[in-house]
Amino acid sequence: MTGHMRLGFHAPETEEELAHLVAEAVDTRTPLEVMGRGTKREIGHPVGSGAVVSTEAMVGVPVYEPTELVMVAKTGTPLAQIEAQLAENDQELPFEPVDLGQLLGYAPGEATIGGVVATNISGSRRILKGAARDHVLGMRAVNGRGEVIKSGGRVMKNVTGYDLGRTLAGSWGTLAIMTEVALKVLPAHREVRTVICFGLTDQTAIEALCIAMGTPYEVSGGLHLHAAIAERFSNEDIAGAGAAVTAIRVENAPASARYRANSLKQALLAYGPALELDTERSRAFWGEVRSLKMFQSTPNPLWRVSTTPSAAAKLVGNLSRKMRVNAAYDWSGGMIWMETPALTDGGAVDIRRTLAEFGGHATLIRAENATRSGIDVFQPLDPPIASLTAKLKHAFDPLGILNPGRMYRDM
Amino acid sequence: MSTVTFPDPDRAVIARRNDIVKQLKRLVPEAVMIADEEGRRTFESDALTAYHCLPLAVVLPGTTEEVSAILRFCNENHIKVVPRGAGTSLCGGALPLEDALVVCLSRMRKVLAIDTANRVARVEAGVTNIAITEAASKDGFFYAPDPSSQIACTVGGNIATNSGGAHCLKYGVTVNNVLGLRMVMMDGEIVDLGGTYLDAPGYDFLPLITGSEGQLAIVTEATVRLLKAPEGSRPILLGFDSTEAAASCVAAIIAGGIIPVAIEFMDRPAIHVCEHFVSAGYPLDVEALLIVEVEGSQDEIEYLLEKIEDIARDFLPSYSRRSMSAEESALIWKGRKAAFGAIGQLSDYYCMDGVIPLSKLPKALDEIGWICRKYRFDVANIFHAGDGNLHPLILYNANDSVQLERVELCGEEILKLCIALGGCLTGEHGVGIEKRELMYEQYTDEDIDQQVRVKEALDPAWLLNPGKVFPIEGRDARKMRGLELHQLEELQEFEPQPELAEGHDVP
Repeated sequence: MTGHMRLGFHAPETEEELAHLVAEAVDTRTPLEVMGRGTKREIGHPVGSGAVVSTEAMVGVPVYEPTELVMVAKTGTPLAQIEAQLAENDQELPFEPVDLGQLLGYAPGEATIGGVVATNISGSRRILKGAARDHVLGMRAVNGRGEVIKSGGRVMKNVTGYDLGRTLAGSWGTLAIMTEVALKVLPAHREVRTVICFGLTDQTAIEALCIAMGTPYEVSGGLHLHAAIAERFSNEDIAGAGAAVTAIRVENAPASARYRANSLKQALLAYGPALELDTERSRAFWGEVRSLKMFQSTPNPLWRVSTTPSAAAKLVGNLSRKMRVNAAYDWSGGMIWMETPALTDGGAVDIRRTLAEFGGHATLIRAENATRSGIDVFQPLDPPIASLTAKLKHAFDPLGILNPGRMYRDM
Repeated sequence: MSTVTFPDPDRAVIARRNDIVKQLKRLVPEAVMIADEEGRRTFESDALTAYHCLPLAVVLPGTTEEVSAILRFCNENHIKVVPRGAGTSLCGGALPLEDALVVCLSRMRKVLAIDTANRVARVEAGVTNIAITEAASKDGFFYAPDPSSQIACTVGGNIATNSGGAHCLKYGVTVNNVLGLRMVMMDGEIVDLGGTYLDAPGYDFLPLITGSEGQLAIVTEATVRLLKAPEGSRPILLGFDSTEAAASCVAAIIAGGIIPVAIEFMDRPAIHVCEHFVSAGYPLDVEALLIVEVEGSQDEIEYLLEKIEDIARDFLPSYSRRSMSAEESALIWKGRKAAFGAIGQLSDYYCMDGVIPLSKLPKALDEIGWICRKYRFDVANIFHAGDGNLHPLILYNANDSVQLERVELCGEEILKLCIALGGCLTGEHGVGIEKRELMYEQYTDEDIDQQVRVKEALDPAWLLNPGKVFPIEGRDARKMRGLELHQLEELQEFEPQPELAEGHDVP
């Protein structure tokens, strides 16, 4: 069948319009590039479809019940709007989504909440509070058949049928186009404290972070920055240290946060805690982490690597023998932002080879188009999981209409 | 068996029982096979004891490879499989079928690794929930999800139903605490998902498998998140003259920016039964009792309890008592944790598991009272108030078949009420056989079709735990008779859309 569908940009205003549009794409076998406001469009393989469908015209928050810790948002709603509304009630998105758009030249908070969930992008607080997907209570979506589907609901606990909502989180618009997400939200803490050690080696730093995570003080950020990364921060104490920076965050009511920061300093005495940031300076520092400000000033390839925390330093160490790596370890070492030299493959071969030894996976977050087209942007899957992946894709989008090739070339 | 129906069993499979058992013994000689009637009798029910059915046979494998060999054999021979852990399901999730092999994981109970640096534990699926915390506690760590049945229930079963517990308000449910799985697909393929890192590459299959009630794969190993135990924890008891006041107090605590580790709610009948059973020191002259627990250092606990008392004052509590010692705290929780057992001493009960938005709590309790009165049953309410997960216990006589039928209708009406109020059928027990016919109350045809497509993608012949979760009248029944999905889509006549919340005539 050949396409009669109008190519170009479509931004349906309602779920029904969207369903109609996808059904038309199905009938005419027209592949659709799926996005919110496109702030993460340069991540993944270029889809290269003539027809783009955006959720950006589906905006609004039909339900927000602060006392029930629930917000239901239409997926085109900008993150900035969601967070402003939450802040009015001293609440926040617990998973502190990384604002990837800023890395790629977009305004702060321009990403849509749908894009945040579809990419399951979680920030430093993930280590305490869970990922974006952990906070998905339910969703509405249009699948690759043009049918409106829903899963879950708007209540805190729900095991009624399979959990398709959380399954869609992190599927990058390749299974269904979400139209509405119900999210669990939490009170924001008033006091933030950051304990900082300078000049630790990667291995020692990860050890310190793991000790901090193993205290009962509910550490909500465990970060280690190479000196070359630390010097890009606005905070003068951090930028001017000329050394690697290890930062540990606690958030709570004021007296609690102060008590916990002090207790952490005691627990980490052997690592020489040298600086404590107060709430204001902590917010500024972690805000820059969240927007990946430290990687905005260079054009180099940027990777996001997940691994076992205790393996992280060795992984980066081995890789550093092959290429220059500037690393920011987050999640107590379990997630590493790695800036690599501008090699033709962005370092993909060496990174993936090293990962095979240590376990984990790597996604190329920023690179020239030519690089992205030439390599696997997402981690190639083991055969049993690749087979499950193809089956799941088929169950949602049998004709491969939605974002074909975005994650995996043949799918 | 009362009103729950099953698809016709495959008589040919049942006739081949001896042959199947013999072949399985040859295939997995180390596994324990149970084929005699007396032995099978042990497995005829789970914790939803109103229903029972003798399985074809029972096998207890000891390794993932044995599970793989068993499933491959069953797949090739078109034999249905019912996975089972400790059999504590409250929704009939582990109820056998006459023509199905029960694969029971209870022999796979090794704790494989406790890794405190990375804060994870790797365990076999038959390990009990409490055993993880026991293994991790010498280093001061614990596994957070804590269903009431935690001394008996297995991790595999927790994953199958996405179990919660009293402390999930703060720590989340099973899906939030599982990082990796080893599982066996129906065709015998062994798949490893995730691991000791916090996110998986590509699609996230963990939340799909977690809560899939043993219908997509059999989990044989899990990597779960460990947390450092808090410095201390302490509950406060708050009694109120009305359920409305108690419910409003819960909302106000959360609005005040406090997320206690647990907020448990008991109504008057529940308080009286528990107090009589355990002498926990509960007040007997209140209509509703909250157990609110907070964690932290001594100072932090004092600060939080004071703040909670302040907030509660607006709702005129007629009783307020902070626990002053570890012993007192233990006794307070003993009463709550003994609740189901205590009520069970008095009467059979039917335990519901609906969830409602918190703001609808007073209305829900009021309506539940009316519904139970209409069906002439007493009811005790005891539940996790912070997340709106209700557990009305309807007291009835299980040996009276008329009462059994009536209690099912009563329960159905309560669940329809939960949906009408914006909630859902089940918060932590699962759909099983118990609530499958109500799925259309919550979901449309398209919603269910999408779930069915996922089921068929991973288990095309519907051999894994069939007859559960999806309505038997309708698509599932047709599938049981061998209709393919594309044929189904041409059949438009079955549209079971029961009228919402209209209620039944009382038999």
